[in-house]
Amino acid sequence: MLSIKNLKASINGKQILKGINLEVKAGEVHAIMGPNGSGKSTLASVLAGREIYEINSGEVLFEGKNLLQMQPEERARLGIFLGFQYPIEIPGVSMVNFMKTAVNEKRKYFNLPLLSSSDFLKLMREKKELVEIDSQLTNRSVNEGFSGGEKKKNEIFQMAMLEPKLSILDETDSGLDIDALRIVANGVNKLKTPETATIVITHYQRLLDYIVPDIIHVLYNGQIVKTAGKELALELEEKGYDWIKKEFAN
Amino acid sequence: MNNENDKIISDVTENEYKYGFVTNIESDSIEKGLNENVIKTISQRKNEPSFMLEWRLKAYEHWKTMKMPTWAHLKIPEINFSEIIFYSTPKQSAKLNSLDEIDPELKATFDKLGIPLDEQKKLSGVAVDAVMDSASIKTTFKENLAELGIIFCSMSEAIREHPDLIKKYLGSVVPYTDNFFATLNCAVFSDGSFVYIPKGVRCPMELSTYFRINAENTGQFERTLIIADEGSYVSYLEGCTAPKRDNNQLHAAVVELVALKDAEIKYSTVQNWYPGDKNGNGGIFNFVTKRGICKDDNAKISWTQVETGSAITWKYPSCILKGNNSSAEFYSVAVTNNYQQADTGTKMIHIGKNTKSRIVSKGISAGMSENSYRGLVKILKNAENARNHSQCDSLLLGSNCGAHTFPYIEVDNKEAIVEHEATTSRIGEDQIFYCNQRGISTEDAVGLIVNGYAREVLKQLPMEFAVEAQKLLQISLEGSVG
Repeated sequence: MLSIKNLKASINGKQILKGINLEVKAGEVHAIMGPNGSGKSTLASVLAGREIYEINSGEVLFEGKNLLQMQPEERARLGIFLGFQYPIEIPGVSMVNFMKTAVNEKRKYFNLPLLSSSDFLKLMREKKELVEIDSQLTNRSVNEGFSGGEKKKNEIFQMAMLEPKLSILDETDSGLDIDALRIVANGVNKLKTPETATIVITHYQRLLDYIVPDIIHVLYNGQIVKTAGKELALELEEKGYDWIKKEFAN
Repeated sequence: MNNENDKIISDVTENEYKYGFVTNIESDSIEKGLNENVIKTISQRKNEPSFMLEWRLKAYEHWKTMKMPTWAHLKIPEINFSEIIFYSTPKQSAKLNSLDEIDPELKATFDKLGIPLDEQKKLSGVAVDAVMDSASIKTTFKENLAELGIIFCSMSEAIREHPDLIKKYLGSVVPYTDNFFATLNCAVFSDGSFVYIPKGVRCPMELSTYFRINAENTGQFERTLIIADEGSYVSYLEGCTAPKRDNNQLHAAVVELVALKDAEIKYSTVQNWYPGDKNGNGGIFNFVTKRGICKDDNAKISWTQVETGSAITWKYPSCILKGNNSSAEFYSVAVTNNYQQADTGTKMIHIGKNTKSRIVSKGISAGMSENSYRGLVKILKNAENARNHSQCDSLLLGSNCGAHTFPYIEVDNKEAIVEHEATTSRIGEDQIFYCNQRGISTEDAVGLIVNGYAREVLKQLPMEFAVEAQKLLQISLEGSVG
C-alpha cells in the first residue's frame, strides 16, 4: 500500500529525515517509536503533505501513485488520514459542517453522489456509537474548548467518518488518561480491516498494549535503525532508548 | 504541481466579480456637474411638489459651505464634483402598469443578478423594489401589501403621493445639515425606497431594495425612508452591485429609520458594489449615512451589514435610543481584499432610560487592504440604567493588510454599564492544513474558517440572504491565501 524509498526531507535548511525506507501492506499495523526529535512527527507531516517541509530526495508511492506530487487534500481524498498530535481549533465552524464538507469532498473526488443531510446525520450517529464519542462534542465547533482527551477522541471519530485506507496516528496517546486511551485504541481496532493499514507513532509501550502492532520500527536521527516484531516494544520499555543512541551515535 | 497552481490562480482571478457586466440600454442623463439648475431639473423631472425643491436648494446652499471629512482612516483621491452626472435614468416609459412594459434589457439585467421582477417567479415572501442608476424600475407585490395598509414604493412616488409623511419624516433622523455626503444627497437624491408600516401591522414578507449602478460617470444618490408605526414590525433587505469600470464612481446614500412605540425594524444589507480590480483601479466610493431612531418607548432597531464590495467604504449605521426601554443592535462583517479600504462601524446614542445596545463587528482583511472599525457609544445624562456591549474582532489574512479599531466611549451617567471587547487573529497555516488533511481544498478551507468567524453576524440575516452572503464572503477572499 505504502512504499517509502530513501526519503530525505528538511525544514529551514535543517535535515530531519535522512533516508527513510518503509513498506506497509494492507492489513498491517506498524508502530514507529523513537526518542524525541528523531523525526517521527516530521515523517507523518511529510506523508500528509505539509508544505513547510522540503523534500530533498526519495520516493513515496501510495497504491502505486506518486504521493509527493499531490496536494494534501488529494492525498486525504485518496485515503490517507493523519491523526494530529495537537488537533487544531477552528472557532465558529461546526463539527457537522466540517465533517459534511470533508466527506462530500471525498465523494466528489470519486464521482459519487453527495450525501443528503439526513443520510449524513445517520452516518454520523453510527460512527459516534462505534467510537464511543460523546454526542455533545459533535454539536460544537471543531475542537474549540475541547479537553486534550476530547480532541484525540475527535480525531478517531473523524477517522471513522472518512474511512481512510492508511491512518497515521501521531502520538495519539499523549495527554490521555487510561480510560480515554482505551476508548481511542478500541476505536482504532474496530476500524481495522484487511484492506486498511495503520501507522502508530508513539513514545511509549503503553498504547501498544491496546493497539497491537505487527511490526515495530525505531526511528533515530532521521533513519529507521531497527525493525522487529512486537517484542521490541517491551525491550524498549525496559531498556529505554539509550542503547539505541549509543549503538547508532555517529 | 505548477500546472495545478496556475489553474488555481487563473480560476481565482477570473472569478473576481461576477456582477461586473454592463447593460446596453440608452440612458437619459442630464448635464454633468452640480448647480442650482441641475437640482431644479431633477426636481422637475420627478414632478415634485415645491416643498421638496425648496428643501433640496437649502441643502445645496449649505453643502457649498462644507468640506469633505478627513478624519476617517482612508486615503480618498480628490473627487471632482463637476465631472459627475448627478441624474441618469434608463430610458423607458415613465409609468409602468405591468411587467410587460419594462424594457426586456432591464428585465434581463435583474434576472441575471438573480432578482427576477416577475412576481410569479419571485422567491415567496420577498417584495422587491429594483433601482437602476437614478430611478426605480419596478416594485413587486405592491398591491398585496397595500391591502394591509403597507406602503412600499419608490421614494419619487412617495413624495408625490404621500407628501404628509414625507414632510413629517424626511430629514427627521438625518437632517440636511448632517454631513458633507448626506447634505449632498439631500440636494440631489434621485430615488430609493419608501416604506410605511401602519399601527399594529406585522409586515408578512421581507421587503427588499436592489440597487444597481449602470450608466458611466454617474453618481448614485439614493434615499430610503422606513417608518414603523406603533406596534408594527418590518424586515428590510438591501443589495447592491455595479459594473466593472476603470474609473471610480460615487455612491452617497442616506437611509433613515423611524421606529415608533413598540415597533421593530430589522435592516439588513449585503453590499457588493464593484471593489475595483486587483491593482486597485476603479471601484465604487461608498459614502453612506444610515441612521435610525427609536423614537418612543420599547422600540427596537437592528442593523445587519455584510460589506464586501466598494473601493472605499465610509459607513456608520447608527441608532438614537430616545424612547425608554428601547434597544438597538449592530451586526457587521466587513471584508477588504486587494486595495480596498473600509472605515465602518456604528454610533449608539443612549438618551432614554433602560436603553440597551449591542455591537458585534467582524473585520476581515486580506491583500493590501485597510479595514477599520470606528464606533461611538454615547450615554447621555438622563439615560439611567443604560447598557452597551461591544465586541470588535479582526481577522487578518496575510501580512500586508491592516486592521484598526477606533472605539469612542462617552458616558455621562454613572449607572451605565458599557463593555468593550476586541480581538485580533490570523487564519493559521495550521488551520488550513488541518482542513486540507481532511480533504478540503485551501480555498474552501478559507471559506469555512471565515464563515465560522462571521457566523454570529451571518445568522442574523434572513435565510436566503445568509446563504448568498456566505458565498460572497468566500468569493471576495479568493486568491488571498496560498
